[in-house]
Amino acid sequence: MSIVLGLFNYWVVIALMMIGFYLVIATSNLIKKIIGLNIFQTSVFILYISIGKVKGGAAPILEEGTELYANPLPHVLILTAIVVGVATTALGLALIVRIKEAYGSINENEIREKGGTT
Amino acid sequence: MLVATALASIFIRDLFAVIMVFGIYSLVCAGFFLNLNAPDVALTEAAIGAGIAPILMLGTLALTRHSWDPEPHAKKSKHNPLLPLIVVTITGAALVYASFDMPHYGDVTAPANNHVAPRYLQDSATEIDIPNVVTSVLASYRGFDTLGEVFVIFTAGIGVLALLGFLSDGSGRKYWQFADTASLRRHTVLHVIAKILIPLILLYAFYVQFHGDYSPGGGFQAGVIFATAFILYTMVSGLQAVYKIIRPEFIYLMMVIGVMLYAGTGLVAMFMGGNYLDYNALDHHDPVHGQHLGILLVELGVGICVAAVMMSVFFNFAGRGIHVPEDNKEGGQ
Amino acid sequence: MMETILSNLPALQVLLPLLTAPLCFMIRKQGVTWLFAFLATLGSFAIAIDLYREVMTNGPLSYHMGGWEPPWGIEYRLDELNTFIVLLVSAMATMTLVFARKSIEKEIAPQSFALFYTAFLLCFAGLLGITITGDAFNLFVFLEISSLSTYILISFGKDNRALTASFQYLIMGTIGATMLLIGIGFLYMMTGTLNMADLASRLPEVMDTNTVRAAFAFIIVGLSIKLALFPLHIWLPNAYGYAPSTVTIFLAATSTKVAIYALIRFIFTIFGVEFSFGGMPLTAIFLFLSILAVFSGSLSAIYQTNIKHVLAYSSIAQIGYMMIGIALLSTLGLGAGILHMFNHAIMKGCMFMALGCVYFRYGSARIEDFKGLGKTMPLTMAAFVVGGLGLIGMPLTAGFISKWYLVLAALEHGYAGIVIVITILVGSLLAVAYIWRIVEAAYFQEPENEPQGEAPMALLIPTWILALATIYFGLDTRLSVEGATRAAESLIGGGL
Repeated sequence: MSIVLGLFNYWVVIALMMIGFYLVIATSNLIKKIIGLNIFQTSVFILYISIGKVKGGAAPILEEGTELYANPLPHVLILTAIVVGVATTALGLALIVRIKEAYGSINENEIREKGGTT
Repeated sequence: MLVATALASIFIRDLFAVIMVFGIYSLVCAGFFLNLNAPDVALTEAAIGAGIAPILMLGTLALTRHSWDPEPHAKKSKHNPLLPLIVVTITGAALVYASFDMPHYGDVTAPANNHVAPRYLQDSATEIDIPNVVTSVLASYRGFDTLGEVFVIFTAGIGVLALLGFLSDGSGRKYWQFADTASLRRHTVLHVIAKILIPLILLYAFYVQFHGDYSPGGGFQAGVIFATAFILYTMVSGLQAVYKIIRPEFIYLMMVIGVMLYAGTGLVAMFMGGNYLDYNALDHHDPVHGQHLGILLVELGVGICVAAVMMSVFFNFAGRGIHVPEDNKEGGQ
Repeated sequence: MMETILSNLPALQVLLPLLTAPLCFMIRKQGVTWLFAFLATLGSFAIAIDLYREVMTNGPLSYHMGGWEPPWGIEYRLDELNTFIVLLVSAMATMTLVFARKSIEKEIAPQSFALFYTAFLLCFAGLLGITITGDAFNLFVFLEISSLSTYILISFGKDNRALTASFQYLIMGTIGATMLLIGIGFLYMMTGTLNMADLASRLPEVMDTNTVRAAFAFIIVGLSIKLALFPLHIWLPNAYGYAPSTVTIFLAATSTKVAIYALIRFIFTIFGVEFSFGGMPLTAIFLFLSILAVFSGSLSAIYQTNIKHVLAYSSIAQIGYMMIGIALLSTLGLGAGILHMFNHAIMKGCMFMALGCVYFRYGSARIEDFKGLGKTMPLTMAAFVVGGLGLIGMPLTAGFISKWYLVLAALEHGYAGIVIVITILVGSLLAVAYIWRIVEAAYFQEPENEPQGEAPMALLIPTWILALATIYFGLDTRLSVEGATRAAESLIGGGL
């Protein structure tokens, strides 16, 4: 039972990741794909931060009297990853705008019919 | 809650609603991060995931739709949902398989919490002397990663400029000749509130920037918040009004200055005898002071670059809807 | 001053192009931006040569970023393998930039020139960063720098399909990068470190856990997307096909090679040969997929009308060869795979440059455009033929050397080896088919378009440098073979 409790958090995160991943590959709307990508990535972030959680630990800001802290390293990594994620999103959305101007649609299937390459 | 919002994203067809739901998802994530004792991350995720990302998505939506109705001609996806489901199930199963040997949630004896991390917590007080350990790691111990990250942001700024900016337009029209975006001029209440909020937002941005050593915060969050103030102003008063205050060329210059400030600090450290980004070398008599100086400069570089890029990206999106793009491209064969 | 530079070379290798990029962005005059970019790549190449010599004589080199020792700080680590790759990447970048100056005049709007060079330098710096770093997360960050700039570079293509190609690559590439991130996260979870050498030493104790096995799987799949291993190669033909010619040259010569490098680094250095091939059925999977890659790539190449697509599918087949070499596991096999990375970069670079010349004159590069080119653009076609011969594996070209070593390595494996040898032979025959199609059009048919004359010198020179290199490295193999062999030995003979 303790295994389930200890791992439950991870399973929820995994479910989130899979929802995001599914959205990316199954939808034909380009904006939804980007959103799915974001959900996928954000859940990976949750996974990383959960790794760093220490029961009873405080936020990693040094204070008098506090002994136990959460692990700061995953926080740093995820800060970087969030930024990378938004950079990718911005580029993807800009591409979508241009694709719409060129093909008149942001639906994969319609674009394919007009000669695009998806 | 998280799972509910995520699932909703799949099934809702109206894109506007999906974007809003995504915003809620991000905000809940941020709250979750707080719960996991990660305030820096929560702040960043809130600002970016629930702030910038939805704004850009809504901008994209506005640029790619003629009406606010859900896509009237949206065709049902031609691919069978079966293949994606299979792929996703396999991946999910692999992840669950992986989880069985993982250290339990919150375990204080896990390897992750006991190998590299303890030194940051224990020694950063003497080596760097800043309470916010995340800032120490981000800006100093793993400062090179953060340099990479600033360059990622810079690259995105370049990319959006290349794709949507006036530089890529063949017509050569200057930005200030664009017609005014549909501004919310008639909504006086919004105007008044915005005018009150904007200085507060800017102040908060400066606070987060400079107090990041002592409390959650730092360059990234500050940069995003700073940009938000300008975005708010643009939404309320229109693109032309903003361009009177701050010209795009200035923003592009700031992008470069931000990045070069960071990289340059590293170079100075190098020429003063240390390795690249070794702040100890910045002050030979008092290395810890060197660390403070280095981190200050570097975070400032981050803040400037991030603010500039966020603003430039937003302006590029906002400016695109106005003029008719001249397409010199060939279509598909 | 000189001393500071010399003692910080590893950092400068990446910093030079990285920092020149924002400068290019600020300067808008085309002539000057090109010069800056060119000087940056040339400088990078010079540094690469120096570092290569240093490592080959004195062994691995380590540099601590920020002065913090690993694993608390980020380490740059140069050994025989990555030094070889850095040399290759910087050489190709310099050549491409020489070609770029004239080539982009016809393919990109003048206002975007500065942005192009900026993105190019960022991509170059990103690729170098991936190769030199000794820290797994740092690898991820620079992978994203190079990926994002690649999406931008592809989107500069004139055809509207460049946009969809870039978007498709963006989606697939980001999924791959996220999987890599998941894998790295799992590894961190189980060992508490991100430094590659440290991971290598701490992994054996936890090797036998589900988590580590899953980490391995995610990292392999994530990187396989980036290196376009069959069946995850779908993004490549369109990305190469619709990007501007210069971009295709650079990508074909470098980006998949760097992804393969990352794969090799994770498999051999971090996880170790025993685990990767003993504990997990990697050899079988890689061999199976690579053989499929060779066949499907070569076959698809035969049916394309756009020559860029022909060469793109051919690249997928060639990547199959490289992966076969890696799957063969011996010093000989691994060395052959690494050698092919080197040779293929030169040969494909040459062929895409020849294509770029045709594109410059005619604005497109379909099979119809090639008719009669043997007469109207003799030098260009000759270079193309040289590259093609290399691809087929004709003796006297570099391509022959790598295929030869691959065959030798395969024969060490008895029956399974025979299958591989047959694959290589059939692959070469198929290559003859798709190359012959083009040669036939060029030399035996009348031109359809108005002849525009030979390509300008500025474009011909780099094309011919690479063509000559193809022949040179087929004859004098000291640099290439020695480099590849030492790299392979460093990996199999005991890792770091």
